[in-house]
Amino acid sequence: MRKFLSVFLALFVIWVCLTGFNVQELLVGVLVALVLAALISPKTVYSFEGKDIRSLFRFIFQYLPLFFMKLVASNIEMAKIVLSPSLPIQPGFVKIHTNLHSDLSRFILANSITLTPGTITMDVQDSEILIHWVKVKGTEEKEHFEEIAGEFERALGGVFR
Amino acid sequence: MRETIGLIFIIIGSLFYVLSSIGLIRMPDVFNRIQASTKATTLGNFSILLGVGIYEPDLLGRVLLMILFISLKSPIGSSVLTRAAYYSGAYRAENTKTYFIETPAQDEGGEQNEL
Repeated sequence: MRKFLSVFLALFVIWVCLTGFNVQELLVGVLVALVLAALISPKTVYSFEGKDIRSLFRFIFQYLPLFFMKLVASNIEMAKIVLSPSLPIQPGFVKIHTNLHSDLSRFILANSITLTPGTITMDVQDSEILIHWVKVKGTEEKEHFEEIAGEFERALGGVFR
Repeated sequence: MRETIGLIFIIIGSLFYVLSSIGLIRMPDVFNRIQASTKATTLGNFSILLGVGIYEPDLLGRVLLMILFISLKSPIGSSVLTRAAYYSGAYRAENTKTYFIETPAQDEGGEQNEL
């Protein structure tokens, strides 16, 4: 039942985002979401719980602002690298160890690392993350970790328990 | 006023697209080229979509949903490409450094290409 409600809620929110507010559309949306949720929910593995709402809010207000600041800053840095005539890159492969444990938070961390330009997650094996970096700063694993994932991980650790 | 802000966002987005294609040409090896091309899918996409959403407020919900799905799937694509390049031993730029002990390719018995 809880799975059914979670799937229904997620589908309905997507429907509202897609169509906007309008009584007819909302009614059709409820119908479609009900049918789809009945079909899909036996196969899902994840369902919402009470504490997820708090995590969601903290994710939106704590993590996303940090992420967007990092995104813009590193985009501008990359633009400088690309436009400068000497192409000052110092590429390298680094490996960092993350302290996050749940699959979801590791997924979000890896995605954030890829989305901020200059670093790409190549592989995640348990707690090890392989990263290609356009301009490596520092030589120790600790410095790499602090530069790439330190802030993200502190914010995410606060969000997911 | 609203239209102007939307247009400014779209112009910023297309500027980032131009930058990323310049990077695609100038970078020395496949890893750095993938890096340069992820720029277009992050800030370029986000700001073009946001610009469209501001220009035409009816589309805002749809646009936000698109931003969400793009930020979920586009990193996976570039991540998998980089992973394939790394394990198949693609050409690396001369000054590339590795800061850990590399384990040999652990990919399922694919033949080693001689290039």
